[in-house]
Amino acid sequence: MSNGPIKVAYWPGCVSRGFTSELHGSMALVAERLGIELVELDRANCCGAGIIAEHNQELADTLNARTFALAQQTGLAMMNICSTCQGAQSECQQRLDADSSYRAHINEVLSGQGLSYEKGKDGFTNKNFLWLLVEDYGLEKLAEKVVRPLSGLRVGPFYGCYVVRPKERLGYDEFPDRDLYLEQVIEALGGEVVEYDGARKCCGFPVITMNRETSLRQAGTHVGDALDAGADCLVTPCPLCHLNLDMQQPEAAKVVNRDLGLAVLHLPQLVGLALGAEPKQLGMSKHIASTGWVEERLAGAGATA
Amino acid sequence: MAEYTLKVRRYQPESGESAYWEEFKVDLDPSLSVLDGILQAKDREDGSLSVRCSCRAAICGSCGMKINGQSGLGCKTQIGEAHEAANRRNGGGEPIVVEPMGNMPVIKDLITDMESTHWEKIRRVTPWLLPHGDPPEREYVVEPESMIDITQSMACIQCGACVSSCLSMEADPDFIGPAALAKAYRFVGDPRDAETKERLHDLAHDQHGIYDCTHCFSCIDACPKGVAPMDQIMRLRRKASEQGIHDDPNNGHNHMNAFVKMIEKKGTNDEALLIQESYAPGIKGKLKPSKGAIKGLVESLPTVLRAIKTGKARSLSKLIPGIHPKLPGGAQDEVKAIYKHAEEHREEFNIYIKGEDDVEPEPDEPTAAILADEAKAAADKGES
Repeated sequence: MSNGPIKVAYWPGCVSRGFTSELHGSMALVAERLGIELVELDRANCCGAGIIAEHNQELADTLNARTFALAQQTGLAMMNICSTCQGAQSECQQRLDADSSYRAHINEVLSGQGLSYEKGKDGFTNKNFLWLLVEDYGLEKLAEKVVRPLSGLRVGPFYGCYVVRPKERLGYDEFPDRDLYLEQVIEALGGEVVEYDGARKCCGFPVITMNRETSLRQAGTHVGDALDAGADCLVTPCPLCHLNLDMQQPEAAKVVNRDLGLAVLHLPQLVGLALGAEPKQLGMSKHIASTGWVEERLAGAGATA
Repeated sequence: MAEYTLKVRRYQPESGESAYWEEFKVDLDPSLSVLDGILQAKDREDGSLSVRCSCRAAICGSCGMKINGQSGLGCKTQIGEAHEAANRRNGGGEPIVVEPMGNMPVIKDLITDMESTHWEKIRRVTPWLLPHGDPPEREYVVEPESMIDITQSMACIQCGACVSSCLSMEADPDFIGPAALAKAYRFVGDPRDAETKERLHDLAHDQHGIYDCTHCFSCIDACPKGVAPMDQIMRLRRKASEQGIHDDPNNGHNHMNAFVKMIEKKGTNDEALLIQESYAPGIKGKLKPSKGAIKGLVESLPTVLRAIKTGKARSLSKLIPGIHPKLPGGAQDEVKAIYKHAEEHREEFNIYIKGEDDVEPEPDEPTAAILADEAKAAADKGES
């Protein structure tokens, strides 16, 4: 746990600046309130989302080695805000770190650009905001920053596959509770954890263009299960999950043939609410599934407190 | 020895009752397996408790089950570790939850019917060699190196743990699934097989084939033998594209191709361009919608309209393909240079096969300590 201020090389990913721009904005706001300094990697490229690796593994590995090299130039640890970026980048990093001659081959092209990825340089790490919040910032310190406890708010965690599996690749040897961090954060913010079946399952997004019905059935089932368990909202560290759970929610409702209507918050939005930010500042009005109920709950909690 | 509680999902169809949970207290060493615990309960408390098992050494693949929700082999999961896993969140007092495998009908207790969801799908992928011409008089002769590529998929023991864990199959029971597709790769990658392209065409053109995998990594964590079925599925996709199979009904190739090209051009995701190019590649020349593309495009319209309404997709760059900015400075050229290099080489590094050469050097201190110990031992010996 760090006592001093945290400063990170920040990779926001593509979707947080695209269809979920409210995520990028709320991360900036929350970082400032937490005292985390973000040095944005504005020259870095897409992680490939597993799709580029599917086409050409060396291409994905080199593109992500470039991002790591740009981060290493800052001398800072790297942070992302997307489960999919985390998973795709960790996959490439695992191969790069496994073999020095493969790494040298990848660095050949990077060296022409004045870049080089070096294994373990300055203790290099790449962590999702969720991991950084628990492992480096600390839950106690987070709880101290809370000015509006999420009392009475029933929150269902939704991780996104890419930060949960495969365990061996994602640092679970060293941090075995990474698949419990959302629960821990919800509790640190004063909220109530809702247990339901879908928390660590797949949102279906990767096949939305390839098998729409399967994809929407996955999203609709998880949202429905969370509603049945009494959730007021879901929270996710993955903007791609957000696309399927929130943006596609009305379409998913048709496939599972039931009314849905469950707010899905990005992790920085949930943190932001507890730090006293207003829903509008956190871009919650941009969501497809209304966040009105969450706001009512928090207002109610404030009134009774 | 330690005491553990197993909470087992029981089901006896002949009783006419629905499934129920039953707890068993067992007493055994933490290094023994969950299967050992189940067998002890069967031996001491209830002989009707049913489980399929044979080798007890992760070779036969009989005892697939879910332990604390995780699919795997009962004989390869230590009971002490399972107890710890069950108690991570609440800090103690929780039983080890044991269930039959998922995505399969249950015959009795922990025994599932693997016929319809496993074996039928395995047969679906023609799991035998289709060689060139008549078989040779003696054995096939191939370079050993040419077989290394498929050793990972050959490690499969047909336990069904990956099928049990598959989140695509949970939503689409027709999905061919991880075990069968890993088996398919075992023959697609075999240099002795003559039907590589036909196999790939078949798997790409099945709507529930290689493009139905949702990339959830569940099968990778479930597999007790390191087969990584999802990785084999991704290799099938790669090989299908390389073989020119570009007209699959799921639009899988077009989506992948559009994504890869877009990053070369823009460096980050241009959502409007991705949607357009996935469904109607090459629109700038003339509209060439792929099979099912118009349907896909029309189906995505309500979602886009809602996103415009809330302000999610109100900026022009999110609506008009191609105006999304490139990376700043010379960064886009750097990305292009990477494409040029990597598309020429297309090296595939498989850790399962190549292993890790980068073993961290031992820290100096223990080495020094060992040397000191040795010196001391030598000195002691000298003294005596």
